Amino acid sequence: MDYIDYYKVLELQNTATAADIKKAYRKLARKYHPDVNPNDDTAKKKFQQINEANEVLSDPENRKKYDKYGKDWKHAEQYEQQGRQQRGPQGGGSGGGFQGNTGDFSDSDFSDFFSSMFGNSAGGRGTKTKYRGQDANAQLQLDIKDILTTRQQTLTVNGKNIRITIPAGVENGQIIKLAGYGGAGMNGGPNGDLLITFSIINQTKFKREGNHAHTTVDLDLYTALLGGDITIDTLTGQVKLPVKPETQSGTQVKLKGKGFPVYKKEGEFGDLIITYKIILPTNLSEKEKELFTELSNIRK
Amino acid sequence: METTNLLPLPQFIELYNVEVSFINSLQEFGLIKVIIVEEIPHIHHEQLSNLEKLIRLHYDLEINMEGIDVISHLLRRMEEMEGELRGLRNRNLS
Repeated sequence: MDYIDYYKVLELQNTATAADIKKAYRKLARKYHPDVNPNDDTAKKKFQQINEANEVLSDPENRKKYDKYGKDWKHAEQYEQQGRQQRGPQGGGSGGGFQGNTGDFSDSDFSDFFSSMFGNSAGGRGTKTKYRGQDANAQLQLDIKDILTTRQQTLTVNGKNIRITIPAGVENGQIIKLAGYGGAGMNGGPNGDLLITFSIINQTKFKREGNHAHTTVDLDLYTALLGGDITIDTLTGQVKLPVKPETQSGTQVKLKGKGFPVYKKEGEFGDLIITYKIILPTNLSEKEKELFTELSNIRK
Repeated sequence: METTNLLPLPQFIELYNVEVSFINSLQEFGLIKVIIVEEIPHIHHEQLSNLEKLIRLHYDLEINMEGIDVISHLLRRMEEMEGELRGLRNRNLS
C-alpha cells in the first residue's frame, strides 16, 4: 500500500485554503462523476480518489493528521502513542509495542492508505451517497425466423457472458430488462439494469402485423377461374391449399394458427393471411388468342 | 387509469427533499415526463433512476438546468452508440 498525495489528487498545493479545496473538489467531481462517465472504470476509480482526498482535506482534524504524518503514515500510530506516553505521568517508556495495522479492510471505497490513517468510516459527513449503477443498453439483432421458437442466447456485456432466454414472438423494438446486470453500484448502491432492445430483421415475404403474418400468393388465371390445389410457403414450411373456382384477385384467405407465435403464450399463434394476386398469361399463341376471343364472344 | 407503476410527485418531492421548481424545470426542459392522474402529477417508476441521476447532477455537482440538458443529450447519444457497438459485437459472436 502506497502513500497517496491527496493534494496532488485534487491538483492543489499543500497551502490550499478550505475554499480552494472545495472548489477543486467540485471541479474534478464534475469531470469524473459516475453519472457523466457511465461504464468508465477509470473515471470511477478517479472519482473515488477525489472523494477520498476531499474526505481528508475538507475535514480540519483529518487534514491536520494527514499533514503531520501523511508520508510516515506507517508510523503515525506509533508517534501518537509516543506523544501520549511522553505527556503522561509515566512518560519515558520504551515506546515499544507498536502493533501496526491488521489490514482487515472491508470498505473497498477507500484506499488501504486511507483506512490505515483514518479508519474505514472516517470522514466529516459520516454518510456516503449510494449510487445505483448505470443501466446498460444492448441491441440484439434477430432474424424473423429466430423468433418462431423460444431460444437461448449468450450475450457479452461488460466482459461478462450472460445467457438469456428469448421468448418466441418477441417484437421488433421490444425491450427486455435484466435487473442487476448493468453497471456496478457505488458505495453499496445496487447494480443498474441491462436493457436489451430487439431489432428483428425480416427479409422474408411475410409481413408481420402483431401476431398475424401477411403474404401475397400469385395465382394463375386458370386456377383462379376453375379452382384447384396449390402449394404455398408458410413460416414453418409448405402447405397444400384448395383454391375455390372463380377466385377474384385480392381475395384473402386466413390460415388459422399459421402466423407468428404469441409472446409468452406457449402454443398460441396468430394467423397467416394470404392475398391472392392473379397473374394473367402473356405471350399468347394464335390459338390461345382465338380461344379467348371465342370466350369473350360468349360473354357478350 | 392503472397507477401501480406511478409515483405521486408530491410524495417524490418529499422523499427526495427536492424543490418543486426543480422538478418543474426538468419537465419544461423535457427531461422528465409527468403524468396527471386525477389532477395529481405522477412519474412513472421507469423514470426513477434517471430522475435520481438528474438530482445528483444538480444538487451534488451544482450543474444548472442548461448543463443538465446538454449532459443528458450527450449521455443518451453515448448510450445509443454503446448499445449499437454491443449489438455489433454480439452479432459477430452469435
